[in-house]
Amino acid sequence: MTATPSRHPGLNLGRAHQEAHDACEVLVFGFWVFMMSDLIVFGLLFANYVTQLDALAGGPGPGELFTMKSAFIETLLLLTSSFTYGLASYCLKYRHGRGWLTAWLGVTLLLGLAFIGFELHDFHKMAGEGGVPSRSGFLSAFFALVPLHGLHVASACLWMVVLMVQMCVHGLDTGVKTGLVRLGLLWHFLDIVWVGIFSLVYLGGLA
Amino acid sequence: MSDSQRQSDTIDENERRHELGSYLWGYGLALALTLVPFALVAWSGWPRVTLLWAIGGFALVQFVVHFRFFLHISLARQKREDLHLILFSTLILILMAGGTLWIIFNLYGRMMPAMLP
Repeated sequence: MTATPSRHPGLNLGRAHQEAHDACEVLVFGFWVFMMSDLIVFGLLFANYVTQLDALAGGPGPGELFTMKSAFIETLLLLTSSFTYGLASYCLKYRHGRGWLTAWLGVTLLLGLAFIGFELHDFHKMAGEGGVPSRSGFLSAFFALVPLHGLHVASACLWMVVLMVQMCVHGLDTGVKTGLVRLGLLWHFLDIVWVGIFSLVYLGGLA
Repeated sequence: MSDSQRQSDTIDENERRHELGSYLWGYGLALALTLVPFALVAWSGWPRVTLLWAIGGFALVQFVVHFRFFLHISLARQKREDLHLILFSTLILILMAGGTLWIIFNLYGRMMPAMLP
């Protein structure tokens, strides 16, 4: 039993979607180039954060500003949304109907928005305790790294809404399918970056 | 239904189960690899350095789980260009991030020992 040959990393649409499957090869490669350059941006912001860990300048540090509970809730929301996007990709590939696809995308979108909501609430609470970007090198590094990830999640949510509208207007054509494949890669990638954030920033700060 | 069509259906059936299983395994493993470090930090009372090593170890394993089960990166069936792109980006990242940390902490050691952890 040989599986269908893979054209690109990530879930391949396969022979049942021949036109979109062919189009994906180049588009997904290009998208990986973008994601890998994004990975380097995040990686350097992580390195910058580590160099600023003790640059508190008398301001509040991780112990006062972070709470394990909200980091844990955000982690579960984003991880579950990555899983539900996987189910959406799965429904797209095996043609389980537009209803299921839209439902899983909708769940993913809600989880993503809830994640952003919790994160904004955290930032607001931090600002109330004197944790603003201009307070210390540590806080500048924190606000360069974590909200940039949040901004990525917000952009991905916007992209998802646009794709859902396109799906209603144009139906599931090749453009929408390849868009869903690329958004899936971005969504899983952002969850990987979050694993770095909750491990290094939140758990590392609270350990 | 022609023979070739039926054959492609059976291939898809295997692939389908494999791919659904991949997402379920990925979610289960990632969940476990998240819960354990959170629980360790909350309740274990281990010394800080041990905790940091444990958190880092769990994060590295979780990276592999995400790449393997959610992004479907495997060493066997990939187109080589994509794998090369990922490996090269990782190499550049290690050089740049590692170099940053090396230089800055060396500088702290020489000029601002108070900044060393």
